[in-house]
Amino acid sequence: MAEIHASETHKPEVDAVTGVTTTGHEWDGIKELNHPLPRWWLWTFYACIVWAVGYWVVYPAWPLVSSYTSGVLGWNSREAIQASMADLRAQRAEFAGKLDAASLEEIEQNPQLLAFARAQGRAAFGDNCAPCHGAGGGGAKGYPNLNDDDWLWGGSLEQIQQTILHGARSTDAAGHMGDMPAFGRDGILTHPQIVAVADYVRSIAGLEQVADAQLEEGKEIFAANCAACHGPDGKGNQELGAPNLTDGIWLYSPDKPTIIQAVANGRGAIMPAWQGRLDDSTIKALTVYVHTLGGGQ
Amino acid sequence: MSEPDSYAAVKSVQKSMTFGEGGLAAVFAIMALACITIAAKTDSAAYAFHAYLSALASIAVVFVVLNRYVDRPAALPEQEIAGKPNYNFGPVKFATVAAVFWGLAGFTVGVLIAFQLAFPFLNFDLPWTSFGRLRPLHTSAVIFAFGGNVLIATSFYVVQRTSRARLAGYLAPWFVVLGYNFFIVIAGTGYLLGITQGKEYAEPEWYADLWLTVVWVVYLLVFLATLWKRKEPHIYVANWFYLAFIVTIAVLHLGNNATVPVSVFSPKSYIVWAGVQDAMVQWWYGHNAVGFFLTAGFLAIMYYFIPKRADRPVYSYRLSIIHFWALIFLYIWAGPHHLHYTALPDWAQTLGMTFSIMLWMPSWGGMINGLMTLSGAWDKLRTDPVLRMMVVSVAFYGMSTFEGPLMSVKEVNSLSHYTDWTIGHVHSGALGWVAYISFGAIYCLVPWLWQKRELYSLRLVNWHFWISTIGIVFYISSMWVAGILQGLMWRAYTSLGFLEYSFIETVEAMHPFYIIRAVGGVLFLIGALLMAFNVWMTIRGPEAVEAGLRATPAPVPAE
Repeated sequence: MAEIHASETHKPEVDAVTGVTTTGHEWDGIKELNHPLPRWWLWTFYACIVWAVGYWVVYPAWPLVSSYTSGVLGWNSREAIQASMADLRAQRAEFAGKLDAASLEEIEQNPQLLAFARAQGRAAFGDNCAPCHGAGGGGAKGYPNLNDDDWLWGGSLEQIQQTILHGARSTDAAGHMGDMPAFGRDGILTHPQIVAVADYVRSIAGLEQVADAQLEEGKEIFAANCAACHGPDGKGNQELGAPNLTDGIWLYSPDKPTIIQAVANGRGAIMPAWQGRLDDSTIKALTVYVHTLGGGQ
Repeated sequence: MSEPDSYAAVKSVQKSMTFGEGGLAAVFAIMALACITIAAKTDSAAYAFHAYLSALASIAVVFVVLNRYVDRPAALPEQEIAGKPNYNFGPVKFATVAAVFWGLAGFTVGVLIAFQLAFPFLNFDLPWTSFGRLRPLHTSAVIFAFGGNVLIATSFYVVQRTSRARLAGYLAPWFVVLGYNFFIVIAGTGYLLGITQGKEYAEPEWYADLWLTVVWVVYLLVFLATLWKRKEPHIYVANWFYLAFIVTIAVLHLGNNATVPVSVFSPKSYIVWAGVQDAMVQWWYGHNAVGFFLTAGFLAIMYYFIPKRADRPVYSYRLSIIHFWALIFLYIWAGPHHLHYTALPDWAQTLGMTFSIMLWMPSWGGMINGLMTLSGAWDKLRTDPVLRMMVVSVAFYGMSTFEGPLMSVKEVNSLSHYTDWTIGHVHSGALGWVAYISFGAIYCLVPWLWQKRELYSLRLVNWHFWISTIGIVFYISSMWVAGILQGLMWRAYTSLGFLEYSFIETVEAMHPFYIIRAVGGVLFLIGALLMAFNVWMTIRGPEAVEAGLRATPAPVPAE
């Protein structure tokens, strides 16, 4: 005998709560009501479709064989961004022209130009320099603080501009050159000699000494190996990017293991060259910004 | 007929190996050998680990299949017993428990990476614990491991109940459930070991993708075959949605993973699409993973579990038809709204945006049908926290599917894109809609599957509901504020025409909101832990009821 499905025996019935009929289907006890589509829902759906069709007429929308419908406004995003960039250039134009024409010194003497250069420099600094030198130019271990007057490569406007344009130990041939040699790794000094010179460096910086420090030996080693760059009294040399070792400002750390490591393996921190990556006006503004952070000379 | 005859009929069944048993054992024996060969020849330690893992799993399959064959009676399980369908709930039970497990894992990793964003030292400077590897682990664990197991469990349950037919296949349903979870293990351990193809929500490499393809095709066949032998004249709406989900995910998966492996001995592959076409395929996939995995599949759950739990008819049959077809037709076009203001041609951006706007009402059709099904049963929200959870999930669905079209409008998108607003939007959908409807379904399923009168504790469900709801509110409101603040800071110009904030300043401004978001995540995780405890206590609870007696919610006072 043919099986009779439970659901085939169901007839549409009226739901007591809503007064609406069911479809007569039933699955695992679930029935469905015959409510019509909500009017507001349907009309909002239609309105969205009408709006979409209208948008297609106005803006680029449908692909064709080798082009697309470009829309009655003729709008496209490339021109929109170009117009927006042009607006920005126009907004900056008055001062930008003056900035390009003025020398670095003239910019600093003109309060309006200085404010403009510092605003431009600050924005460029935040997105290009802050990753290493910190958002406020405060530096980090291995990355110089730009707020103080201790400069590796010089703190005059021209020197700062030179450093930004060409970098240090960068790929730019005009950049600052010269690494600190690896005295230990390259076999120039023995380990006891490196320890002695490290103690000596700490002594001229006025730091606390260990009891068995071989300062006399260290002084001789310093004179023979280090003084050529750092100077006979360890005051450094900005021509060579050799730091002043006596001023209590340390690019890495004043602790003895760090100094030993520097003498043994050398140093050669890189600053990239920004010429070509930033335009000359931006580098000019950056120079003024960095110069006026607090330590400009 | 007479007794001896039926006795003879039973005796006459000769025990023989099915094609599936023999075939599976043979295929996996070959797989094991192939995997060991690959493990021996590859240069990649991580890939060798996966090959050994696959070899072990293959050997286990051979052993289990043969052992099961030896232990089983001669006859395969009956389709019906005494005129009632002999439902196959074993794979459903496994997937339900797996969903709870993966949910906890995914939420925990989510909380960790939320704290990593606020406190970067939590990356621990180790590759395996870095944000870059844990983030896909989180997204895949919650979407594919948690969500996927909920979808497989509920689809296998619902298709049987609404078709009044036993799940098709003897070993096939187990192959789907276990095979899918094995894919998740390969994908997840791969991320931690640094294996990724770098496509968002499609990070697993070619060999995991191939395996998933096999599993998914079997899933589709089991589902279709079960529908085919249904005892109901019509196919229930939930099954339309499940079918749309299974079919479309298969198509998306194949399109977005069209890669060429470097070699069978290398985990690395290259995608055949290039440049902006690759981006477009990626977001055609990515957006429709949202549309068909996280929407269509979970709407199917809504269409079964809400009327069942509320004990009310579905509000409108007509609405279910119209919004189903509108939804699946329109969703597939909306992907380009992920690529506004990029190299994608303007016309494609327009289509993505306008189809997203047209998608608004079809999405809301589902919300209306879910909410209005409560007509005549609204009072149950006071007494049944499980139903309350599911109804709130539908409300979140409505909110997210309004916010989505809004954010697809180019002018809004120019503010919201790349900000944490997007993260907030995703989570109002993921935590509010997907997870809540899943929790509701799990709370319904566990007593039904393990034949208990009711959950161990409805009061705990109530606690789960309130704690996680507060967590969601923390999460999405902090991300709204963070995202809009971020967008406004990025576009702020000084009067002189220069950017007001550097990028790092906008990152610093996010810190307090990242902490609030992480706290929201912690609350959500606590809720899920309560659920896991509740599920565990329900399963091991002694109070079994007779088969066929369906659990009905016992009233508890609203708190």
